Amino acid sequence: MDTAIEVTDLVVKRGKRVVLDGFSCVIPRGSVTGLLGPSGSGKTTLMRAIVGVQVVESGGVTVLGHPAGSTPLRRKIGYLTQAPSVYADLTVRENTRYFASLYRLKAAVADEAIAAVGLTGAAGQLVADLSGGQRSRASLACAIVGRPEVLVLDEPTVGQDPVLRDELWDHFRRLAADGTTVLVSSHVMDEANRCDRLLLIREGALIADDTPAGVKHAAGADDLDQAFLQLIKRQAVAA
Amino acid sequence: MILSSTIKRILTQLRHDPRTIALIIVVPTLLITLIYFMYDEQPAVFDRIALTMLGVFPFIVMFLITSIAMLRERTTGTLERLFTTPVGKLDLLFGYGVAFGLAAAAQATVAAGFAYWVLDMTTAGSLSLVILIAVANAVLGVALGLLCSAFARTEFQAVQFMPLVVAPQLLLCGLFVPRAAMAGWLQAISDVLPMSYSVEALTEVGANAEPTGIMWRDLAVVVGAVVVALTLGAATLRRRTP
Ligand SMILES: Nc1ncnc2c1ncn2[C@@H]1O[C@H](COP(=O)(O)OP(=O)(O)O)[C@@H](O)[C@H]1O
Ligand SMILES: [Mg+2]
Repeated sequence: MDTAIEVTDLVVKRGKRVVLDGFSCVIPRGSVTGLLGPSGSGKTTLMRAIVGVQVVESGGVTVLGHPAGSTPLRRKIGYLTQAPSVYADLTVRENTRYFASLYRLKAAVADEAIAAVGLTGAAGQLVADLSGGQRSRASLACAIVGRPEVLVLDEPTVGQDPVLRDELWDHFRRLAADGTTVLVSSHVMDEANRCDRLLLIREGALIADDTPAGVKHAAGADDLDQAFLQLIKRQAVAA
Repeated sequence: MILSSTIKRILTQLRHDPRTIALIIVVPTLLITLIYFMYDEQPAVFDRIALTMLGVFPFIVMFLITSIAMLRERTTGTLERLFTTPVGKLDLLFGYGVAFGLAAAAQATVAAGFAYWVLDMTTAGSLSLVILIAVANAVLGVALGLLCSAFARTEFQAVQFMPLVVAPQLLLCGLFVPRAAMAGWLQAISDVLPMSYSVEALTEVGANAEPTGIMWRDLAVVVGAVVVALTLGAATLRRRTP
């Protein structure tokens, strides 16, 4: 297995809380990995550490063989923040073109990214005038526009209608098939079946790292929601 | 390339906000007109105050605009995302400095042109020097705005920095009381406030047909203050946050 992201003994404190306490995991290249866990479990914190914007207490994060946040990674990583981070006073096209220019890419590449998230019809609209779901797709377009080797997406499908959600997952699958490593967080379990691998996280601890089928099998459950509950119970008994 | 597209992005944001553009361009001109009518009978006093104001307005406006714009970058997550891309801190600092510096140049040109040609303001020195000093002052406002945005969590707080940063400089720059007539400790404070130098430089242009050594020295002090503020501002831009 070719490793894209390696997290070792990561400790992150936010405020007075220890959010991640000795977290370790390995994410294979060219796959879609789902990072699943309830709200507040540390998904965003882990993703911030992977893209290199989180102050960490100790431990290591390596992406494509480089320390997280180091200069060579900045052209190879795409990050979708949980709250849409685009300029509300620019149009979708202006936003996407700006982010494309940071990677020295042409305007045509920006238009492709806009099409990939289904916003071609709204490309000329100010982000401030978009619906919540459209706004987060505009933000997604800016994350994928640089054609990154590693794509870190924090809850990309929240607030999208089912058809669009399906299309977005198809797109992630296509990117992975082309060799992109995609890490997607979600708190909706039914999306997890579309991942190659799952990382289940709860209160900053990794409670499962397996394929969706493997997770269900290990927990002896038919669906991932049940499996997650089972694994939590088991962990509580073990503790 | 990244710098030029960042400048373009910031100017495009401004372009989508015609009301702000109108305020930037029109407000200083309106206020100078007001001063003109206040000192209807005393053209010499008008010349002195209007000249000072041509330096002060761009500073205030650019300080406000920059601190709010930078605060938005911080609070909406765009700054966090930019730091995962090839953007450098200097691209951002100079991006804002150049973009808003250009806006300030437009503002100063309109206000100064209006004061000269419509309100008959007179200076011994040339109009282009007045605009040059005004733009330097505006860039100082940009640099201080970038710095102060690091200490505000909300736009409400950011606005509160304006009186803190602007009022002491305006009061002690020599407009209300000549600096030489101030108590020693006030003069000492005035000596370390950059606006004292830009106002002195403008006064030099007002009184002398040719640029003087004092004017160039004052301008150099203002540019030095810009560099210091930008360096401190760069220190507040952190790739990693808690
Ligand atoms: N800026 C912050 N300062 C202090 N604590 C924070 C901050 N951001 C998040 N936290 C805390 O860190 C924990 C994990 O948060 P987060 O990583 O956002 O979880 P998730 O993305 O899984 O919902 C939560 O308990 C949250 O309250
Ligand atoms: Mg989160």
